[in-house]
Amino acid sequence: MDYISINDQEKKEMFSSIGVSKAEDLFSVIPEKAKVKGLNLPKGLSEQELVSKFEILAGKNISLKQMKSFRGAGIYEHFIPSLVDEITGRSEFLTAYTPYQAEASQGTLQTIFEYQSLITQLTGLDVANASMYDGASALAEAALVSIRSTGKKKLLVSSALHPEYFQVLKTYLQGLAIDIKTIPLDGGNTSTKDLKNLFDPDTASVIIQSPNFFGQIEDLEEIKKLCEPAGFLLISVVNPISLGILKSPGEAGSDICVGEGQVLGNPSGMGGFTFGFMSCKQSLAWKMPGRIVGQTTDTKGRRGFVLTLQSREQHIRREKATSNICTNSALNALAGCVYLSGWGPEGFKKLSTLNLSKSRYAFEEIIKIKGFSAAFSNHNFFNEFVIKTTKDVNKLQSKLLDEKILGPLELEKFFPEFKNCLLFCVTEARTKKDIDKLVDILKEC
Amino acid sequence: MEKLLKEISVDGYKAYSVPEADVPIKDPGKILEDKLLRKKQPGLPEISEAELNRHFTRLSKENYALSTNFYPLGSCTMKYNPPVNEKISKLSGLANLHPYQSEDTLQGALEILFELEKNLCEITGMDAFSLQPAAGAQGEFTGLLIARAYFNSKKEKRTKIIVPDSAHGTNPASAALAGFEIVSLKSESNGILNPAKVKEVLTNDVAAIMLTVPNTLGVFEKDILAVEEAVHKNGSLMYYDGANLNALLGVSRPGNMGFDILHVNLHKTFSTPHGGGGPGAGPVGVKKFLADFLPYPSVKKSSEKYFLNYNMPKSIGRVRSFYGNFPVLVKAYAYILASGAEGLKRVSEQAVINANYLLSILGKKLNSPAGNRCMHEFVLSGKDLTLNGVRTLDLAKRLLDYGYYAPTIYFPLIVEEAIMIEPTETETKAALDEFAQTFIKILEEAKTDPEKLKNSPQNTPVTRLNEVEAARKPILHW
Repeated sequence: MDYISINDQEKKEMFSSIGVSKAEDLFSVIPEKAKVKGLNLPKGLSEQELVSKFEILAGKNISLKQMKSFRGAGIYEHFIPSLVDEITGRSEFLTAYTPYQAEASQGTLQTIFEYQSLITQLTGLDVANASMYDGASALAEAALVSIRSTGKKKLLVSSALHPEYFQVLKTYLQGLAIDIKTIPLDGGNTSTKDLKNLFDPDTASVIIQSPNFFGQIEDLEEIKKLCEPAGFLLISVVNPISLGILKSPGEAGSDICVGEGQVLGNPSGMGGFTFGFMSCKQSLAWKMPGRIVGQTTDTKGRRGFVLTLQSREQHIRREKATSNICTNSALNALAGCVYLSGWGPEGFKKLSTLNLSKSRYAFEEIIKIKGFSAAFSNHNFFNEFVIKTTKDVNKLQSKLLDEKILGPLELEKFFPEFKNCLLFCVTEARTKKDIDKLVDILKEC
Repeated sequence: MEKLLKEISVDGYKAYSVPEADVPIKDPGKILEDKLLRKKQPGLPEISEAELNRHFTRLSKENYALSTNFYPLGSCTMKYNPPVNEKISKLSGLANLHPYQSEDTLQGALEILFELEKNLCEITGMDAFSLQPAAGAQGEFTGLLIARAYFNSKKEKRTKIIVPDSAHGTNPASAALAGFEIVSLKSESNGILNPAKVKEVLTNDVAAIMLTVPNTLGVFEKDILAVEEAVHKNGSLMYYDGANLNALLGVSRPGNMGFDILHVNLHKTFSTPHGGGGPGAGPVGVKKFLADFLPYPSVKKSSEKYFLNYNMPKSIGRVRSFYGNFPVLVKAYAYILASGAEGLKRVSEQAVINANYLLSILGKKLNSPAGNRCMHEFVLSGKDLTLNGVRTLDLAKRLLDYGYYAPTIYFPLIVEEAIMIEPTETETKAALDEFAQTFIKILEEAKTDPEKLKNSPQNTPVTRLNEVEAARKPILHW
């Protein structure tokens, strides 16, 4: 099937208006060598056939609705209020484009303005953009801002940063002569002693994730103080759900804050329903990449919204643009906006506290089991924690899977030095019953 | 005007609530160090669910979208978005997968990625794809890093990228981000490249030329094979900006034209909704000799089992976390399966017929710098309107009054007072006729009542907005 409606009579009339006799005439300018004689693809499917084909494909996976997940590491399962899908599913949002014509796009523009406001509230910083692709590329863009605004060429990156974020950062910077140094670990946290030794006046930014990849909360304020008064930027990567209780990046002295927005009302989607959020201090607003919406007035003095500060962008400055971002993740950020709007400050704090409490409960129960112990002495973690085990990890994982549990992430996958260490995640989506069952199975392993 | 969330906030209201705790609740102040805790609560709004629903629903009605209005936005390919694609991408077995599940539990998802890659290779004439780039611009950036890695592997120092002025605005920005120097190339007055002029800028430090075919004037580069020969003779690479692929499905392939690297904007050609600005997807395809440089991981198949291949030592690395904008990839694959070989060819044929049909009517009224033939889109110049003090912007705003989203304006930069129209294949003849009549009516108004255009739009939720004030005194949040 296709989605075209035209009959022969109409086609004839169109050809006559154009002055050709057939469709091929319109392609005559293409050299024969560049043409193709039919694609080697199957015949089109009806909608009914299409849906059943995808139902079969979807059935070949085991979804998080069929398992209880204790896995996070960058993508998290949280409960999504029904209103979120109701709004993002509205075709007036779904099928609109980047709001180039402001008067016909006030809906999208105002939701972005609301989103920017919510992000600044949460992160305690002055300005937010309209979203980016994902947390990892948002971080890479933040690093570029730090390089451009300080004129310095060195980055100090915590070893407790999500490994895929580090990989993306390296990819983004490979065209530029930038020195990237990693700050070693001290237990499960960034080593402040090593940071001090590595820091020098050529440092453009220090990049710290908190809670970090191991779930541990970092002392951002202390890190900022250690390196002052040198003119560097502190870039923090945060989990927004944790900000219901944790000190905001702004309060802690961050200059730029980025993170993954999936946790705010988006499903796990194999890591595909992402959006990167980015906020920064006022002084960096003109250096910030991506789209930004601003408030203004119309000719009748009424409030309205437009894309603004556009002279930073690629369609005006071409090779001098602050970034090449054009398409972003507006719809996923809209989910984030609807999600953040419904809790109120107390409810959001409760949600954050519930995550903390459930993971703490699981942690305390697991370390009681023989053969499982806390990997780090510092227990400042949010909803993820690392457990060291003497058990056979492969056997343990397959036993959990048999019981329809998606077990913890094996840290060895990314950190060879953390052999036999497991990264558990417990969000509000897990019940005490789920946790107790996990604990029972671990006991039997 | 719809109020702001902050303005409808009432102390103590809430839309969502957390379940009652079934584990002991821990006071953060007791188990975490005090210095780590938030002192000031975030100023989140307090609103009932019903009011929140109404707020966002009302906002949705202040939008023009494909589902409500014709959207002839040149270069953006706003075609009909089949709801079945949405439905499929939200199937629980696809929407609720964790990226770090074991491959055994992701076989269906990996099969989709594997098959989509194969289909894209067939459609474009390339040998391998990475589905990871999250947007066209990220695809460009990825493609250029591949070019860089390729020349590095050959120990050749090539620092320049040629970008014609008829190319997309993101091209030079992406090339700069990848660390290249940009050589701008002027196209002829009809937007076409002159191979002789390409040769003049082809020095031995040129890594690649980035071409948009059909170009931003909606015209096929008729001398593409001569350009290709010169570029390859110079040892440089051919980069294809696939944002305009909607003109060529099943008719021609960039691979057959000699392109080495390309990106495809899946959200355009393969009809996944644009979501008010994203998410999109910009997979990058390459010829075999560049396949090793693609981002990792790739999806492979071995004895009927799909797996993620991380063993790619020459890879440029990763440009995005996990495996790309998966739901967008699912929708694009659904669109390809629904269309099939014949359907895809019909898409491009009809897109080109529709664009030429509109051009045959409107080209009589306004100057069309690229002539009377086009591919899937065309550009007119509103320069003649300026005699009455009316600008293309005014024409665009007046179209909003008549219920049309405005075409792209002031792009490409090489056409004075440009207006760029892309009707796509999914509009009916009746819809095109109605649009053309309205357009002509507005051109008449421009002569008889220019003030009307300058004061438009009047039928939209707000009248013309003060963009200068917005930039001069930025208000970026409540």
